[in-house]
Amino acid sequence: MTTPKATTHVTQNEALIFERSQTGRCGYRLPALDVDETPIDELIPSNLRRDDDLAGVPEVSEPDVVRHFTRISTWNYNIDLGMYPLGSCTMKYNSRLNERVARIAGFANLHPLASERDAQGALEVIYELQQHLAEITGLPGISLQPAAGAHGEMTGVMIIRAYLDARDGEASSKRRVMLIPDSAHGTNPASAHLSGFTVKTVRSTPEGQTDLDALRDLCSAGDVAGLMLTNPNTVGLFEKNIREICRIVHDAGGLVYMDGANMNALVGWARPGDMGVDVIHLNLHKTFSTPHGGGGPGSGPCCCTKELEPFLPVPRVVRGGDGFKVDYDQPESIGRVKAFYGNFGMHLRALAYILTHGRDGLREATEAAVLNARVIAEGLTSDYERPFSDPPMHEVVFTDKRQGRKGVNTLDIAKRLIDYGFHPMTIYFPLIVQGAMLIEPTESVGRQEIQQFVEAMRAIAREAQEDPELVRTAPHTTKIGRLDEAAAARKPILRWKPEEKSATA
Amino acid sequence: MLRSVGLESPEELFSTIPADILLTDRLNVPDALSEMELLARFESLAAQNAAALRPSFLGAGAYTHYSPTIIDSLIQRSEFFTAYTPYQPEVSQGTLQAIFEFQTLVCQLTGMEVANASMYDGSTALAEAVLMAERVTRRNKVIVSPALHPEYLHVAETYVAHAGIELQQGGFDERTGLSTFDDAAVDDKTAALVVQSPNFFGCVEDLAVLAERAHRAGALLVVCVTEAISLGLLKSPGACGADIVVAEGQSFGVPVSFGGPYVGLFATRERYARQIPGRLVGVAYDREGRRGFVLTLATREQHIRREKATSNICTNEGLIALAATIYLETMGRRGLQEVAAQCAQKAAYAARKIGELEGFSLPYSAPRFNEFVVRAPAAAEGLLERIADEHNITGGLALSRYSPARANDFLVCVTETNRRSEIDALVAALKSI
Repeated sequence: MTTPKATTHVTQNEALIFERSQTGRCGYRLPALDVDETPIDELIPSNLRRDDDLAGVPEVSEPDVVRHFTRISTWNYNIDLGMYPLGSCTMKYNSRLNERVARIAGFANLHPLASERDAQGALEVIYELQQHLAEITGLPGISLQPAAGAHGEMTGVMIIRAYLDARDGEASSKRRVMLIPDSAHGTNPASAHLSGFTVKTVRSTPEGQTDLDALRDLCSAGDVAGLMLTNPNTVGLFEKNIREICRIVHDAGGLVYMDGANMNALVGWARPGDMGVDVIHLNLHKTFSTPHGGGGPGSGPCCCTKELEPFLPVPRVVRGGDGFKVDYDQPESIGRVKAFYGNFGMHLRALAYILTHGRDGLREATEAAVLNARVIAEGLTSDYERPFSDPPMHEVVFTDKRQGRKGVNTLDIAKRLIDYGFHPMTIYFPLIVQGAMLIEPTESVGRQEIQQFVEAMRAIAREAQEDPELVRTAPHTTKIGRLDEAAAARKPILRWKPEEKSATA
Repeated sequence: MLRSVGLESPEELFSTIPADILLTDRLNVPDALSEMELLARFESLAAQNAAALRPSFLGAGAYTHYSPTIIDSLIQRSEFFTAYTPYQPEVSQGTLQAIFEFQTLVCQLTGMEVANASMYDGSTALAEAVLMAERVTRRNKVIVSPALHPEYLHVAETYVAHAGIELQQGGFDERTGLSTFDDAAVDDKTAALVVQSPNFFGCVEDLAVLAERAHRAGALLVVCVTEAISLGLLKSPGACGADIVVAEGQSFGVPVSFGGPYVGLFATRERYARQIPGRLVGVAYDREGRRGFVLTLATREQHIRREKATSNICTNEGLIALAATIYLETMGRRGLQEVAAQCAQKAAYAARKIGELEGFSLPYSAPRFNEFVVRAPAAAEGLLERIADEHNITGGLALSRYSPARANDFLVCVTETNRRSEIDALVAALKSI
């Protein structure tokens, strides 16, 4: 008889649930059927029913499921564990109170097709959040229907298209160019394309600002429908010529769309509506603290000027009679972008965030977010190349230029940061900054942790000089090392199959 | 801390914003509420949502099903709900493995070969399927069943408005309640037939026949499922020959929550994998040969391909996909079958009882899953209002909401959560009016 050997505990090697499945295991119990049973053949003929007995769907117990997800969860970094400095992602603290609010039975169990009179509380939530977001952005027209940032972008660009079509009639067909800075997020051109626009790129100046001369040139052709601009931009700088930028685009007959991904730098301090912006989307899962959930759900409300308001998606939630009502009578609307009213659960959380912060708290949060970024900018300038010298807003970009001389690049630095207990920053974005490291601390980190982060980054800079191989092979402390992503894309395995059991176990 | 960066006042932090656009007044937002005040405020708002607090027979794209307790408990783990999109695989294996399991489960249920990491919801998944059908076939006519959820159709119309795609309406058999597609209409310009099953009126479509009809013309069959629990009982769209299957996954343990957040399922054939919108997770190995998971085939996506991407989608519905994954694994193979069977049985019971009432009829003859249309002797909207007021039951959805011509019709949905006593109370209420 062989002696059993101790091996790495299963928590570090939790299999796929399909590999744990045991015939006959069960994790649920339903009440017995309480109506007379009709032979199933009389209800649905056999040719319309499944004949595969759901083969492959797992059979596991409740403790199996709880252990499974608890174990794999420990392989995730998360905000509650520490600073999550992803630039342009605004990974701020997600209050448990907001989670509790979203789970109140009167909201969670409310069906979206309940009649107006039976859903007044929910409609009031939507209406009140609309009012606050309109005040925060300075843009009075608003729809909470879009489900995420890119969805809000698509909605905003469609509104521009509908407005121009209504304003210019046939002549609108000559205006099909959407201008997008070279620093923009990839969702911007993809959203513009969905509305039938051709994308032209506006270059940035060496100082990291939109190039006004280039913009004037592009606008002179007379075919410009609009400009999509992120402000503060994706290198973390406020577009100081924003008024002039809007004027140039407006004079050329176009509209200005602002990507609100970076609103956490502005709330309570400046409003896009006052800058000349026509339409913006907000990311409630960034600025307004609704949880990212490992990739959603998000919520991407679209706010616009009075002039653009008739083109917002239907239905609109408005005040009416002595309550709130759902208004479908919007003949110029672009239509619906999602079933029902958008991600209502996120609306609840965002409203709770606004109400618990209040007018002063919102302003102070912005202040702390910018100050934290400023501390990082100061703290890392001695060790990392900072391509732009203007003071940053809520996020700051560095590059790997100095470390590159030792063969250490941005990816290596990001992976080594994991060994120091931090989630990496956003890397290789924006594309205009070679080897970009975009760092956004948010207001949710204290002074001590900011200092620890700065020290970790400095330690990595020293390692890059003294022991570059250590950095190049990081991370060293995780469950798995760097994965061969190229091989994964060449021969994609996108689902588990029974026959792969032995090959992949 | 301000001093440490050489500043004296918070205002100096915003010195790069031109003075004429800096806010001088405070925002017109209320002062901060404490935790107790906030809860009281929301509790009082929630109490005004009368529909949430009474027995309900509403379905039509959002379904009340039992959600095992462990789902909400697990998705509230910090490691899941406060994590970002898994761009850094070494510190995101939990999320990535869960998505890989989600993709596998979606393939198993739909009978398809590839599924993505999720879409916003069923309606936007359908719109993306229409766009994908055009990309795959290079044809621009899409014929949509009139028995598709009206809000889904409306969303698809918005998405394709500038995509050069023509949406045409198919036919509808008023006797059976099933879609029909005119032979002359399905031609060599047709990219896809789009059909929902069970359809908006609760009738189960014969997908195999429709797939054959589409394929004969070289078109795709796009199948949309709004009640995903039906997949526990009905033949999978994949087994019937569908080319793209989209579904609303809310039925998998996700609260109805006034319409969202939900989760869109999107599945297709392996040969179209590179045309699929959204995120995909695949298997990868590290240098030691250890198995892990990564986001893959990113060259389809907007952050690489920009305006040439298969979609603009970025953030999707990660946490809701996780909830659906936990639901499917907890209920498992037998649980899904049992829930589906209970839904069908209880709906059949309710339909029989309502159909026996004088003046009420069930207009469609096709097999149904857990929803059915009732034709009332009077306008359905007023009838349902009275039942709500006098009997404290939400009896269903008046179809006049979407179609004024259907003034007397309403849609009833029954799930495993509706006890027999509730069904009997609904029948008694209808009888008394």
